[in-house]
Amino acid sequence: MTAQSTGQVAGAGTTKRAFLELDELKVSFQTEDGIVRAVDGVSFALERGRTMAIVGESGSGKSVTSQAIMGLHSRRAAKISGHAWVDGVDIVTAPEADIRALRGTQMAMIFQDPLSSLHPFYTVGKQLVEAVQAHGEVPKAEARRRAVTMLDRVGIPNAARRVDDYPHSFSGGMRQRAMIAMALINNPALLIADEPTTALDVTVQAQILELIRELQVEYNMAIVLITHDLGVVAESADDVTVMYGGRVVERGGVDEIFSRPSMPYTWGLMSSVPDMEADRGKRLEPIPGQPPSLINLPKGCVFRPRCAYAQHVPDGRCDTERPDLTPVDEGHDARCFLTLDQKRTLAVKAPGTEEVA
Amino acid sequence: MTTPNLTDAGPRGASTPVGDVVLRVRGLQKYFPIQSSFLRRTIGQVKAVENIDLDVHAGETVGLVGESGCGKSTTGRTMLRLLDPTGGSIEIDGRDVTHLSMRQMVPVRRSAQMIFQDPYSSLNPRHTIGKIISSPWEVQGVNPEGGVKKSVQELMARVGLNPEHYNRFPAEFSGGQRQRIGIARALALRPKLIVCDEPVSALDVSIQAQVLNLLEDLQNEFNLAYVFIAHDLSVVRHIADRIAVMYLGRVMEITDSDSLYRSPRHPYTKALLSAIPLPHPSMRGQRERIVLTGDLPSPSNPPSGCVFRTRCWKAQDRCATEIPPLSEVSPGTSVACHFPEPAKEPVSFTPPQA
Ligand SMILES: Nc1ncnc2c1ncn2[C@@H]1O[C@H](COP(=O)(O)OP(=O)(O)OP(=O)(O)O)[C@@H](O)[C@H]1O
Ligand SMILES: Nc1ncnc2c1ncn2[C@@H]1O[C@H](COP(=O)(O)OP(=O)(O)OP(=O)(O)O)[C@@H](O)[C@H]1O
Ligand code: SF4
Ligand SMILES: [Mg+2]
Ligand SMILES: [Mg+2]
Repeated sequence: MTAQSTGQVAGAGTTKRAFLELDELKVSFQTEDGIVRAVDGVSFALERGRTMAIVGESGSGKSVTSQAIMGLHSRRAAKISGHAWVDGVDIVTAPEADIRALRGTQMAMIFQDPLSSLHPFYTVGKQLVEAVQAHGEVPKAEARRRAVTMLDRVGIPNAARRVDDYPHSFSGGMRQRAMIAMALINNPALLIADEPTTALDVTVQAQILELIRELQVEYNMAIVLITHDLGVVAESADDVTVMYGGRVVERGGVDEIFSRPSMPYTWGLMSSVPDMEADRGKRLEPIPGQPPSLINLPKGCVFRPRCAYAQHVPDGRCDTERPDLTPVDEGHDARCFLTLDQKRTLAVKAPGTEEVA
Repeated sequence: MTTPNLTDAGPRGASTPVGDVVLRVRGLQKYFPIQSSFLRRTIGQVKAVENIDLDVHAGETVGLVGESGCGKSTTGRTMLRLLDPTGGSIEIDGRDVTHLSMRQMVPVRRSAQMIFQDPYSSLNPRHTIGKIISSPWEVQGVNPEGGVKKSVQELMARVGLNPEHYNRFPAEFSGGQRQRIGIARALALRPKLIVCDEPVSALDVSIQAQVLNLLEDLQNEFNLAYVFIAHDLSVVRHIADRIAVMYLGRVMEITDSDSLYRSPRHPYTKALLSAIPLPHPSMRGQRERIVLTGDLPSPSNPPSGCVFRTRCWKAQDRCATEIPPLSEVSPGTSVACHFPEPAKEPVSFTPPQA
């Protein structure tokens, strides 16, 4: 709301942008071994009140994408191009000061490891109070009152007393809650959650996901949820972006992606997870091989070296040409040369699909 | 003992022949002393493992599940005498090893090995793959038939590593490949039992599936017994024949995998299962979730009576005063609860209609 920025703003009167909009976002790093193209042209749009899940294997560029949205990459170390608009401000080009103003008020992030955002030497309360005061003139007593309310809101028992505790005296689940309180205390419109429950037990995970969903409704937040757990996606996401080798290989609404996954990598993801409903004796069907090197991407389709379906595509196109992201259905795109028909008939569906079809 | 029949329940129900018992644990306890920082006096005990009975048969996989800190790793390590038990007894391959010295344990380790969650820290970064995989032979003074290099390369090929990478270092391998190195090392002595502590938790789902398939193949080939520790319940259901659910150092329920998921009898098991995300978006809201309130109590000061009672929605007065023994409620299923859930019969083998 405050961020009427000096950065590149969509000119008034042009097409309306989504609250969060990525357009051909690219992030690369110069390393000793060569240029790492960690994110190579990612686009998606997300409105307030909705959740976008980003899935993909380790190293596919999920965290680098989210750090770019938060403006966390050092502009010296990372080469960034394309656009990442948050409420009309292009994070790629906006001045550092504008981005800092956005962080903590309009957008916030939570991580897998809560200790990376909670300082061990200060009480949880002191850190929350500082977060409030960093973004506006708020009297200490008022900031503290808000800290207690927020801790209570995220389900810390005896918040008024625990506010003066140090992070290490909290259990894992409580630390995760305290970190969520920290991220949400300034009422951000965009929350980026990078593997927020990966380190937690299922019981605590269920509590935290439920909490995030409640707070999303309360604050009308846009949420980017990064996870490798397809079950978490099935439960929490509205839309899904599947990443492979730094690019989007499939995207669409959550029901579409689970009921009609439309390219071989997504099929591989779905058949790799044990199906709780299926016969236990059923063998898993993993994707063979290893993720690609982001320095020397394979020629042709980036998934080609691990793809079992390339023989269905004529003329060896998969070996020579990069497929584009093309529509499968309205709001559902996939990056693969297979024909629409093949995408449907060859598909391997998500666990649980048969039962509810 | 209060646990009559874990012992006799065969893997995969009665129809499968029961293999020899390769691991037998009775009344296992492991306490860690809590020391005061000033006088280094012991001021309390972390009761990490309390009174566990378990038999593991050749060719069988027993899963160990439960919340973080419930004592799974400590149980696994104590069973292999990587930690000294505080109480109880341990038999490996028919031999009582409870009180053996570390030197006396060396030959026992031929039959019982361990693989760990973290493929990074469990491999010495300065040793080549060849040296790492052959290290158990060195410790045991074994000369493998056909020579060390050839035998290592056979093992590498068996677990899906390129034998030409014999001279490479761990840093040159991915997480999944490093886990394969750990598995090859554990296999070197042709053990009968492998305790796997979160062997796939750090891996991506596709690599995880590769490693799970490998573990299953090796089990079939060598009639291996696994104790499989993991917090991912869908993984455990997939790989385990029987599952023991732990809470605060104790086994709350043990039964075959299908019964556990179909018809959890302990309230804690029921809560645990209800927290698993449903696998398809169209199933949202179809399951009643039992939300456990509060945190895990401290293992240094566990609740009286049933340790789960402070978070249990069924708790009565009796639960605070009387420890529920782990007792058999139906053939092959034992539960430690005064008020177990009723059994649900298997419905049918056709999938339910929507
Ligand atoms: N500062 C950096 N310098 C060089 N390379 C980097 C840097 N940060 C990330 N990378 C590389 O970019 C790629 C994408 O990394 P990223 O952290 O986005 O993956 P991810 O999808 O989040 O994976 P994970 O699931 O393991 O968290 C990786 O190959 C990583 O090694
Ligand atoms: N060396 C030790 N000294 C003191 N306490 C310990 C030690 N090792 C484990 N504990 C404690 O014993 C209990 C059980 O720990 P353990 O690591 O066995 O749990 P776990 O079920 O494997 O948990 P996770 O799922 O997090 O790996 C915990 O309370 C832990 O803090
Ligand atoms: S374009 Fe070819 S190689 Fe790529 S996913 Fe499709 S079939 Fe496989
Ligand atoms: Mg990441
Ligand atoms: Mg452990």
